[in-house]
Amino acid sequence: MYKYDEIDQAIVDERVAQYENQLSRYLNQELTDEEFRPLRLQNGLYIQRHAPMLRIAIPYGLLSSKQLKKLAEIADKYDRGYGHFSTRQNLQLNWPKLEDTPDILRELASVQMHAIQTSGNCVRNITTDQFSGITPDEIIDPRHIAEIMRQWSTFHPEFALLPRKFKIAVTGSSKDRALVQAHDIGLEFYLDEQKQIVVKVWVGGGLGRTPILGSVINERLEWQHILTYCEAILRVYNLYGRRDNSFKARIKILVKALGIEKFKTLVEEEWQYIKDGPNTITESELQRVKAFFSEPAYESNIISNLEAYQNDKAFSQWLTRCTHKHKKQGYRAVTLSLKPTHTAPGDATSEQMRAVASMADEYSFGEIRVSHEQNLILADVREDNLRELWKKAKDLNLATPNVGLLTDIICCPGGDFCSLANAKSIPIAESIQAVFDDMDYLHDIGDINLNISGCMNACGHHHVGHIGILGVDKNDSEWYQVTLGGNQGNFASIGKVIGPSFSAAQMPEVIRKIISVFTTVRHDDELFIDCVHRVGLEPFKDLIYLGEEH
Amino acid sequence: MNSQLVLHDKIQDDAWQVIELPAIEVEIKKQAGKIVQFKLTGEDFPTQKQIEDTVVPEKGHLILPLKVFLHHKKALDQRLKLGEIAIWIYTHEEIEKNLDNGDSLNQFPLIAIKTEKFADGRIFSIAARIRNKFHFKNDLRAMGDVLKDQLYFLKRVGFSSYMIRADRNVNDAISSLKDFSDPYQGAYDLKEPVWRRKNR
Repeated sequence: MYKYDEIDQAIVDERVAQYENQLSRYLNQELTDEEFRPLRLQNGLYIQRHAPMLRIAIPYGLLSSKQLKKLAEIADKYDRGYGHFSTRQNLQLNWPKLEDTPDILRELASVQMHAIQTSGNCVRNITTDQFSGITPDEIIDPRHIAEIMRQWSTFHPEFALLPRKFKIAVTGSSKDRALVQAHDIGLEFYLDEQKQIVVKVWVGGGLGRTPILGSVINERLEWQHILTYCEAILRVYNLYGRRDNSFKARIKILVKALGIEKFKTLVEEEWQYIKDGPNTITESELQRVKAFFSEPAYESNIISNLEAYQNDKAFSQWLTRCTHKHKKQGYRAVTLSLKPTHTAPGDATSEQMRAVASMADEYSFGEIRVSHEQNLILADVREDNLRELWKKAKDLNLATPNVGLLTDIICCPGGDFCSLANAKSIPIAESIQAVFDDMDYLHDIGDINLNISGCMNACGHHHVGHIGILGVDKNDSEWYQVTLGGNQGNFASIGKVIGPSFSAAQMPEVIRKIISVFTTVRHDDELFIDCVHRVGLEPFKDLIYLGEEH
Repeated sequence: MNSQLVLHDKIQDDAWQVIELPAIEVEIKKQAGKIVQFKLTGEDFPTQKQIEDTVVPEKGHLILPLKVFLHHKKALDQRLKLGEIAIWIYTHEEIEKNLDNGDSLNQFPLIAIKTEKFADGRIFSIAARIRNKFHFKNDLRAMGDVLKDQLYFLKRVGFSSYMIRADRNVNDAISSLKDFSDPYQGAYDLKEPVWRRKNR
């Protein structure tokens, strides 16, 4: 993974000093709340219901075991011994003290980490595929460009105070696991007919209050121009994005209002002044960064012992759901599920973090990845180590074989923690997980993404969940709106609302009914999402709203 | 020295007088239940009456509202040639749409951009454009809600002088010009990104 040199280290160290000065001016009342707000947000610090929330950046979801151990230490020392892995592959601490935040940042800087631009109206953490570098369907490893873009976007002087937040995702595989179409800018790497590396650029996608999939602004951009092209897009957005209404301030609203053709004309006009300028990426810079992501020392001739355990159902289920194909013979990627029943999806205790770090050292070259599905991944595990790893993971409650299944719920912190939320989301996830506790049944139902957001900011990505649940506020009480048919990946789609919303108590039953309709009308091994697209919403509505008009 | 002006990284006396537009009653607009704090880029501004009512002093170095300058352009021709006339715009004004094609921005010894709110980041892109697209070479000044915490970014996008908000300590603010020693990306002050400047 990328390692800081003295230049990278100076930037995070100087940032700690700068932030410490800003905080002390705030505490001395030299800065008002309004003035301090954008400054603390640029540093991932929210003022929440119970305490400030600090969001720590995990660039493109990649962590070393040393870093994860430090996160565990910070969670113990400054928080309540746990953290929440978010859909943006970051880690959130829910209980730090405001006056401790400079110390936390200093500790993070000591392991080449920070909280820069994890919030606020700026370019956020750049996300990518959790299986980068190891997946057999990969064309280009997107982490090289993601790291170059991380550096470029860090304290970019022109884009520190945009109309709203700005999210970029990069993918380099034939199957998109990075949700590029649901981002402000999505970059999809591919090889053109001459085998040149080129990029398809999507712009104006996003979830939130107005879910829209991105439009293609450039079918074929040479990779060298990514930074200047993104600068042109951001400049047009910074100048013309709507600052009069924060609900309409995302780039998607501007792109929609102008139309993609007009927007593209403005971008190309800006671009011609910076194209081929100094920020054009050179081959040598790409190679320099690429070297940090070179293959680990894989062993060949690994003799898999998996066949010996064919009749061990629990282990087989885990192998099917929680391990993934690897480009290297004899290796697999392992997902450690952070979605057991009775804990908040994405939460990990400091004990679990330490144990995962040790497992990474022992089995996976000391690296861990965070997925936007809020699980942890060990990307390079020898097949003959899987059995041992599984046993350890099981003891740590990290081996629930539900990855990709109904109970692998993607969920924001919701009303229990977040001051933006209209409704709680974690208890809904737990009540659904409690109803679907039969692992065999879950496996029969097959792949389903269930996403829960506590408000329309959509941190739980509910629009692209096959089943989406959105917390809404009606007359000061919490209700839940259900959508069906959302999808992520190359065939991304936005889910449709099935009808009037439900109370929290009704939700497990609503999900049970959805699954019962599915299992009744399903063809053979048809996937839930394909089934919904085939039969439409009516059969589901008929059962759920039986006897009611809808 | 009793000055809020930072020029060439030092506190200096201001040789210029800023001419403001006469205040008018402004209708309070709301969007999504909140008072609108920012004008949209290109919004109609200011009123003809404001332009006509602005008094242009007969002597001295003046920073005039762009539209006021345009209104008096012919009469100001000689003073412009003597280097006594500069212009200022708000962050919601589009400078290029108000000048004739032949008007080089470099006829002005100074252009000032006024931000009404700290959080209005348009000031950065406007400066980047004025420097890179219109090749403005003279003094580019930030004024309005200009605080310590924007200075480093303002400098990087091409500003050369800063009028720190009157209620803030300019000596404290000036230190932020050096918040970071080696930025990653190329911008106006350091054109090359760090991987071109340094052997990494």
